[in-house]
Amino acid sequence: MSFPLLTATAALPAIGAVATAAVPAARRNAAKPLALLFSLATLALAIVVLIRFDPGGGRYQLTESHSWIKDFGVRYELGVDGIGVALLALTALLIPFVILAGWNDADPLETGSKRWRPTQGFFALILAVEAMVILSFEATDVFLFYIFFEAMLIPMYFLIGGFGDRAHEHGEEAASTQRSYAAVKFLLYNLVGGLIMLAAVIGLYVVAGNFSLTEIAQARADGTLHMATGTERWLFLGFFFAFAVKAPLWPLHTWLPNAMGEATTPVAVLITAVVDKVGTFAMLRFCLQLFPEASKWATPVILVLAVISIVYGALLAVGQRDIKRLVAYASISHFGFIILGIFAMTSQGQSGATLYMVNHGISTAALMLVAGFLISRRGSRLIADYGGVQKVAPVLAGTFLIGGLATLSLPGLAPFVSEFLVLVGTFARYPAVGIVATFGIVLAALYTLVLYQRTMTGPVKPEVSAMPDLRARELVVVTPLIVLLIFLGVYPKPVTDIVNPAVKQTLSDVHKKDPKPEVEAAK
Amino acid sequence: MSASAVHSLWTTAATAADPISKIDTPKIEYGQLSPTLIVVGAAIAGVLVEAFVPRKYRYYAQLILSAVALIVAFVAVVLLATHGYGTTKARIAAMGAIAVDGPALFLQGTMLLAALVGLFTFAERRLDPEAHGARVDSFAAQAASVPGSESEQAAVKAGFTTTEVFPLLLFAVAGMLVFPSANDLLTLFIALEVFSLPLYLLCALARRKRLMSQEAAVKYFLLGAFASAFTLFGIALLYGYAGSVSYGTIAQVVDGTLQNVNPALADTMGNDALLLVGAAMIVMGLLFKVGAVPFHMWTPDVYQGAPTPVTGFMAAATKVAAFGALLRLLYVVLPGLRWDWRPVMWGVAIITMLGGAIVAITQTDIKRLLAYSSIAHAGFILAGVIATTPDGVSSVLFYLAAYSFVTIGAFAVVTLVRDAGGEATHLSKWAGLGRRSPLVAAVFAVFLLAFAGIPLTSGFAGKFAVFKAAAEGGAAPLVVVGVISSAIAAFFYIRVIVLMFFSEPRPDGPTVAVPSMLTVTAIAVGVAVTLVLGVAPQYFLDLANQAGVFVR
Repeated sequence: MSFPLLTATAALPAIGAVATAAVPAARRNAAKPLALLFSLATLALAIVVLIRFDPGGGRYQLTESHSWIKDFGVRYELGVDGIGVALLALTALLIPFVILAGWNDADPLETGSKRWRPTQGFFALILAVEAMVILSFEATDVFLFYIFFEAMLIPMYFLIGGFGDRAHEHGEEAASTQRSYAAVKFLLYNLVGGLIMLAAVIGLYVVAGNFSLTEIAQARADGTLHMATGTERWLFLGFFFAFAVKAPLWPLHTWLPNAMGEATTPVAVLITAVVDKVGTFAMLRFCLQLFPEASKWATPVILVLAVISIVYGALLAVGQRDIKRLVAYASISHFGFIILGIFAMTSQGQSGATLYMVNHGISTAALMLVAGFLISRRGSRLIADYGGVQKVAPVLAGTFLIGGLATLSLPGLAPFVSEFLVLVGTFARYPAVGIVATFGIVLAALYTLVLYQRTMTGPVKPEVSAMPDLRARELVVVTPLIVLLIFLGVYPKPVTDIVNPAVKQTLSDVHKKDPKPEVEAAK
Repeated sequence: MSASAVHSLWTTAATAADPISKIDTPKIEYGQLSPTLIVVGAAIAGVLVEAFVPRKYRYYAQLILSAVALIVAFVAVVLLATHGYGTTKARIAAMGAIAVDGPALFLQGTMLLAALVGLFTFAERRLDPEAHGARVDSFAAQAASVPGSESEQAAVKAGFTTTEVFPLLLFAVAGMLVFPSANDLLTLFIALEVFSLPLYLLCALARRKRLMSQEAAVKYFLLGAFASAFTLFGIALLYGYAGSVSYGTIAQVVDGTLQNVNPALADTMGNDALLLVGAAMIVMGLLFKVGAVPFHMWTPDVYQGAPTPVTGFMAAATKVAAFGALLRLLYVVLPGLRWDWRPVMWGVAIITMLGGAIVAITQTDIKRLLAYSSIAHAGFILAGVIATTPDGVSSVLFYLAAYSFVTIGAFAVVTLVRDAGGEATHLSKWAGLGRRSPLVAAVFAVFLLAFAGIPLTSGFAGKFAVFKAAAEGGAAPLVVVGVISSAIAAFFYIRVIVLMFFSEPRPDGPTVAVPSMLTVTAIAVGVAVTLVLGVAPQYFLDLANQAGVFVR
């Protein structure tokens, strides 16, 4: 038996979570380097996984399989394909930045404040989320996936509700109320989605008799497992609903702006850059593979919802007064692009969507974290409270601009490649949808540039005049992300090479071929 | 002797003596009945302890006696199970009155362990402040003294405690042990009364808020008596239908496969009206004990008023016993009638799941909240009962085992949170508990998450098992309703967690009492079972699977 590399990648942060939580209160600051250490070790393991993964090899690699709950037909089965490995690496990459960015976010407040912030808990919960997210990218057993998909809600819930940021226009009392509202909303939306998925998971077991993704997909492909059309559609809807809540897709998105607005910035990054990716990833992996016919059946409706997400999210982002909510609505727009790419059912679309997941993770993390540094300086999330920052803190403003330009998919930065691929892939099959989706890019330029203009340019506001520029710790967080954005924007091949074979296989599961180019077809 | 002799004026002595010589001495399989017998014996010994042991030693004598009895009885159950009495040697014992089979042994084992953990919470004496230098438990100083009277004050001043609760507990356990293994209707009824009467008494014995406790007991008693009457009436009607109270015989009559029909009864036998009305009435009585809607009205009041250790024990063990009996009745006696009872049970399960979950949202008292949650859980278990498959049985067994330890643990935590008036059960007082006592709040959160059925807790494994059985048994719509009510239920469990962790503590908030090892053990067992059954349930699912076949 070989070394269980995938288990180790998830076990390491899990152990780190326990170790961090066990740091005694008297030495609470020791929890920070400890958590960072574990997240870096996880990153190292993830890099090993990346190296060991052979893009040209079998579909699922580094597999592990053990009996777990025989009675439910549940096995502990792990394995990664190109899509999984890319997202696994993204997660492992982002968590150290999240921890570094949140270094002081969970310090106990000055004496006299009633707020209670256990430092160790904050970092332990982040590591716990990392472990569960990684396992859900690795699980090839539907039940195993479901367990971590659901269980990850609990630490996320405490992260959102327990550690909101200090900046609130209506004072601490109002902040506390809104924070717990946001946390409950997050939990209820996702729990309802998850429970509906549970019904579908049970239904899948009744139909298929086991939970192994590979076995079921195989049986579906060679026709040994027949599903009645109605059954397949219901099961598909059960799965898709949960993923659409998580992703989030319009009209199930309303929890995201609340959660991202109220959570501390690193947690907001965790939500949108890491946790939500599980939703879109699961659409690719589970919806398409398990229910290919139903996926094709639902495609028109999903495409429409995705386009609505793109335009609606962008429009609302334009109208926001609050920086964090603006980024949240921008994310909704971007998730629309990802879902569009997945359900366009072309290889460019799906490669683009997977690449988009990675790029969106990096670009949103960069933008949001810099925004967080900005907010922590001024103590306000309102755009109107800023102005002329670029004169006072040029490095901060510059990094903010690069993050923003990445969000609006400026050519030369990573998201451009993926957005372009998604649109090309969509256009090949659904030109009308592609055209409407393109408006999302125009609106993205509007909300990003207006945000930059209002906060960074113009006369220096008196409250901003003494604002310090980025500190060393903050530079350490931002610089690598920006370097990555530029690198992947110029040379995305390393990621596409890993992703493409997996996308081809997923497409062949749904029996879809890329449409022939017009010129060739006309011959 | 010729036939004509019958009509003559005389007869031989031999003929007259004949029927008498045919009465056999009853054959009792003491070994197979030993779990029940041990508990009954200890209960009677407990009564003697009350009579003869000096007051100051009674508490220790009773505690040790009860604990030893429950442990020995549990060992007896384990021995019976390992010797194959649950599977290959499953049989009817005690002249057809008791069935010793897999489900019976599994449930008896569960109840004995639950009772042992419950016993620890009964015996806790560190929580209440000392009364005049004597340590006291959650029970009234002297049950007979009127609340607020001088005799009550005198009893408190003298440091009396009601050690009778231990034999009462044992009697209740004895009845519960028989209830799911009863193999004829009369045994069923007697077991029902044997475990109900001590519970009515126990409910009335709270040390604090005595009037509320007595009110709860009266309500429980009146409604319980009503339900018992229904059951008894149903038994009479079923006897009229089948000419027998034995489960096996009734089932044969229902199936129409009974040989040697007693000619005297042939005329009245097989009247379907008697069968349907009788069966409905018995099931009603059992659904009352289970706390299923629309027979749930007593649950919130009784759960709230009863001393919390009793509530925990009752919520766990009564549910196990009553569901065991319901399973046996529906699967052994009335499988031939399942096309009639399944639609009805569908309806009951749906309104129980939804009703319990929806009404729980508006509750402001933690004990009432847990009461409504227990109603919702009864609905989930009913979904497994409806499956009518061996998987249905084993999933219900597993659910009951998982649920009972979570319940006892949760109520044990409730006993810890106290203010000047005793337990602080109003939800608003729990605000900010997570900051004052993170450990207690975290433990309670684990129980709540298990109730809510979050993965990696026993609640999830149990819920998955019953929903899977229901879906495979063709009750997919029930699963959907179950999932929806789980979502509703999750809302109020989460609300309590929000309250504990995200709300500001109130300045006049309750304190968390430091319990003795007894309650600590009870809570620790609850947490351990919750996590083990959540993460590695396979062994226990195997046990439940092996135990999934009834003997007839």
